Amino acid sequence: MNKRGPLFALLLSFTLLLSGCSSLTVLDPKGPAARTLSDTIIFSILMMVGILAVVYALYIFMLTKYRAKKSNEGYEPPHEEGNKWLEILWTAIPILIVAVLSVVTVKTTVAVENVPEGYENQEPLVIYASSSNWKWHFSYPEEGIETVNYVNIPTHRPIEFRLYSFGTISSFWIPQLHGQKYAMSDMITKLNMVADEPGSMMGRNANFNGEGFAHMEFEALAMSSTEYDKWVQDVTETAPELKEDEFKKLLETAHVGRMSFSNTHLEFSPPPSEDHHHGGDVNGNEEHQDHKDVHPDPATTEETEFDSETNVDPNEPLPNFPAEESPNHQHDGH
Amino acid sequence: MKWDEFFVTGDPLIYGAMVSIVLVSLAILFGLTYYKKWGYMWREWLTTVDHKKIGVMYIICALIMLFRGGVDALMMRAQTAAPEMKFLTGQHYNEVFTTHGVIMILFMAMPFIFGLMNVIIPLQIGARDVAFPKLNAISFWLFFAGAMLFNISFVIGGSPDAGWSAYFPLASIEFSPTVGNNYYSLALQISGIGTLLTGVNFIVTILKMRAPGMTLMRMPMFTWSVLITCVIIIFAFPVLTIALLLMMFDRVFGSQFFTMSNGGMDMLWANLFWVWGHPEVYIVILPAFGIFSEIISTFSKKNLYGYGSMVFSMVIISALSFLVWAHHFYTMGQGAMVNGFFSITTMAIAVPTGVKIFNWLFTLRKGRISFTTPMLYSLAFIPIFTIGGVTGVMLAMASADYQYHNTMFLVAHFHYVLIPGAVFAVIAGFHYWFPKVFGFRLNEKLGKIAFWFIAISFNVTFFPMFFLGLMGMTRRTYTYSAETGFGPLNMLSMVGAVGLAIGFVILVYNIYWSTRYEPRDKTGDPWDARALEWSTPSPVPVYNFAVTPQVKGRDAYWFSKKNNEPLSDEKITKIHMPSNTGKPFILGIAFFFLGFFLVFSWWIPSIVAGVAVLIIMATMSFDRDHGYYIPVEEIVQTEQKLRGDTV
Amino acid sequence: MKIDATQPLEYGTEENRNRIFGFWLFLGAEIALFATLFTVYFVLVNRFASGPSGAEIFEITPVLLETFLLLTSSFTIGLAVHAMRLGLKKQMMIFMVITLLLGAGFLGIEIFEFFTYVHEGVTLSTSAFASSLFTLLGTHGAHVTFGLLWGTAILIQLKKHGLDHSTANKSFIFSLYWHFLDVVWIFIFSFVYLKGLM
Repeated sequence: MNKRGPLFALLLSFTLLLSGCSSLTVLDPKGPAARTLSDTIIFSILMMVGILAVVYALYIFMLTKYRAKKSNEGYEPPHEEGNKWLEILWTAIPILIVAVLSVVTVKTTVAVENVPEGYENQEPLVIYASSSNWKWHFSYPEEGIETVNYVNIPTHRPIEFRLYSFGTISSFWIPQLHGQKYAMSDMITKLNMVADEPGSMMGRNANFNGEGFAHMEFEALAMSSTEYDKWVQDVTETAPELKEDEFKKLLETAHVGRMSFSNTHLEFSPPPSEDHHHGGDVNGNEEHQDHKDVHPDPATTEETEFDSETNVDPNEPLPNFPAEESPNHQHDGH
Repeated sequence: MKWDEFFVTGDPLIYGAMVSIVLVSLAILFGLTYYKKWGYMWREWLTTVDHKKIGVMYIICALIMLFRGGVDALMMRAQTAAPEMKFLTGQHYNEVFTTHGVIMILFMAMPFIFGLMNVIIPLQIGARDVAFPKLNAISFWLFFAGAMLFNISFVIGGSPDAGWSAYFPLASIEFSPTVGNNYYSLALQISGIGTLLTGVNFIVTILKMRAPGMTLMRMPMFTWSVLITCVIIIFAFPVLTIALLLMMFDRVFGSQFFTMSNGGMDMLWANLFWVWGHPEVYIVILPAFGIFSEIISTFSKKNLYGYGSMVFSMVIISALSFLVWAHHFYTMGQGAMVNGFFSITTMAIAVPTGVKIFNWLFTLRKGRISFTTPMLYSLAFIPIFTIGGVTGVMLAMASADYQYHNTMFLVAHFHYVLIPGAVFAVIAGFHYWFPKVFGFRLNEKLGKIAFWFIAISFNVTFFPMFFLGLMGMTRRTYTYSAETGFGPLNMLSMVGAVGLAIGFVILVYNIYWSTRYEPRDKTGDPWDARALEWSTPSPVPVYNFAVTPQVKGRDAYWFSKKNNEPLSDEKITKIHMPSNTGKPFILGIAFFFLGFFLVFSWWIPSIVAGVAVLIIMATMSFDRDHGYYIPVEEIVQTEQKLRGDTV
Repeated sequence: MKIDATQPLEYGTEENRNRIFGFWLFLGAEIALFATLFTVYFVLVNRFASGPSGAEIFEITPVLLETFLLLTSSFTIGLAVHAMRLGLKKQMMIFMVITLLLGAGFLGIEIFEFFTYVHEGVTLSTSAFASSLFTLLGTHGAHVTFGLLWGTAILIQLKKHGLDHSTANKSFIFSLYWHFLDVVWIFIFSFVYLKGLM
């Protein structure tokens, strides 16, 4: 009469099914950040299986031993108020487990928020990934090129994605390289990752944002740096230029295929300020400031436009400008 | 607005729904007229202030909403059962998962729990009714008005389509131009006011109306869980009230709270929503813990193990529930330290929850466990909920959550928490307390068949989703290509969903079958249970207790049975009862129309309805009806009839 | 209905005691409600976009007048309850009428203030700051409006039925509500106006 049987049978069949079936993308990392996450997940699964084993063992023991049987018909269970030491025990052990997991969580969270270990000294490649319903625009300010719905990256070089949105909140996710992060209209979020082997990977928006959400995917293609340079040169030479009105039209279009351009939209449509919102609850984030000196602002050539546009154009998402943060703000725009 | 925009058109499924709504309404009206039941309906149900009847009405509504939400769920599973399915369009799928979420949480789980609360709490504490019976009726009719308002959205004007969390800017007028999210804000607002009033009502009831001798630490665990839940309600629901108000202002009056320009902040909505939303999870889970505690103790024939730590752990959970909301958006980029803080508070919830699990296991120890239907649900809860719990800890780890967030892994997790936690609990409580209200049990054999269908199918439906999540399938995705490899597991999940549906059909059939054939219970205590509610005859007479019981310890009724001491030695005296009133019902109707007109921004009718609301409230204030007395002879007769012996 | 003669009239029956306790709980929920509104206001206070900031539109004179009226009305409702405890129905009603008149005066100035803002081009849709300001003040103002209607209803009942357990209880609960609105206003006065003008 206990219900362990079917559950274990299920577990077993799933494991068999999966080994014969496709792989678990999240646990098949192609870069250090995703590997850290994958290791964390596997570690936590093992801990949790241990906890489950204890609970299930006790559970099966209680149910088999103390079930009502013909033989114990007259048995009257004792009155038990509880046991102080046992209760302390099963409070203390979970606290220890949570403590261990907390340490792991904080360590790994810090690790994946920063540039992956061993790559700190390299200058990262900055790519602006901006979302609009329902597309991804990738701007390479260094190279001065832009793509839509696909992103090519060199292997073994830190990539810094700067995420923002032209509308709804979307979530930028390349599971084999890193976990996801939101792209929002009034601030920039950053995601640091490295690909350590060439290959094509699935990337997509993970946060529901309306009718076209299911198809808001892109391909992330990691390639060796020579191939990457060749591709950049190709695009610079052959791809058309993106004009402002064309870009506006592109933003309106729901679904498009892949596109490449030999300039970026950042030149005429600058991204939101890098300041965070400052809500009472959503505290600003220190790390973002750290990187500012490491790499130059990508659009240095366009700085006048940056300065003039951000605060004036009423159609652009406006950053917050609290009085106390204004010096910071100016610093951002040089 | 043109009339062809007023009604939702163009989808055969919607036409089918419209036709069935009209047919069912006609059938109800015809039935009431044919059997001359209008007077009965009005006198016994629509105007009642009796907590037991209000509870029953809550539960009936919850079952209907379970059907609606369940059909939504089946449609979602059917649409995703195979790659590139063409069953629903993207827009329709978005509406379906939105209404599924809202209905299951706010119009199924909550009212089901409120129904059980209403029926049982006054009985468990030895009270005649709740503290404010009329207010209780108002709460119910406000909930009902909200639920109806939400449900008509799919035939009139269009359903909300931005997910149950309705994140901005997606839910703004710019990206969701139909009236769907107006329905969302107003329907939730109206039923939310009802919920808040219920919270106030039950705190007063529990703190002020307990039978003599029942100290706080002698209260049954379900009563404790409801008390703590109501405290959460009082602090969490005002946040929702404000969030919905701001949402309505943004959508209807053009304010700039969550907009993308003029300084609006989209993530403010997410924060407000989850400051309410996470405690809301505990509002449905804590009473469930109480229900399981009652049932596990009853059917192990033992008192609850570690009573003190059970209470203490619930208090801790309720406090922590307000400190974890940001774990719903670790990926917002608030940085490692903030995420670390919320990770730790979230994982900390596992500690008191673990304490509860072990206390339940040790309640079983040295017991004499009988496997009745309510006990089966309670026992199935432990292993399944533990999976939900440990995956919750996994999700709480901010770094790992970057990979689980917004995926099917998350969907699997919260169904593993909410279905055993809330749904199993209310079904268990439903089976357990059914004889108290109706005077007969639900058939055990049918009950057990339904249980096995539900318990097994649940795992078949949701376990594959953990793997789908790790494979990279995002939630709320209406279609996927065959190359993704998501097909087989989704098909398996569909099979499970059908099994769940069969289980629920058997459960409902059991109600019908048992009503006709199940033998009546004369004892009032068919399970040989422990708390005060079982000391009354079944079905419980309108005045609950002929004489107020006197409580000498925990499990008062159990020890009174065991030691053969009566619960009270006082004589029967006349009992004061509140009189019925139709005003709460009329107030509910007025609120419904107020909400409906506001949804469509029809100002003049809105003002008329708003004034009507105020007038009805004023007439209630002018009421000077102080109830009536039930004479002693009538009480004696009722008791004799119900018990088949003298008192 | 058991009547406890040792208690003041408004606490006299069990139902009365429950109502007062229940209303305290309701005020707890109201505190949570206004706390949320204040939080929203503080989050958005500097996000005035192209519109004016608080310092640019706030004027101290009408605000001081509003504060004076509401604080005085809080005092007079206290006097009304005092009169009620002494069983002085007439005096009690006079103090309640004064309270309501002061409340109406407050409301009048607040409406005038809103008109001034709109006249200056600041509306609900000007900026996130303006939206949160109007919503915070408006919610408080709506509470005052409801209080005026409620107080009037109680006055009519007092006139009709005199002082008894029911009317005394209602009047007492109304006084709690009115004091609460006053407390909320003190927070609005300090943290919205004074802080905004600083």
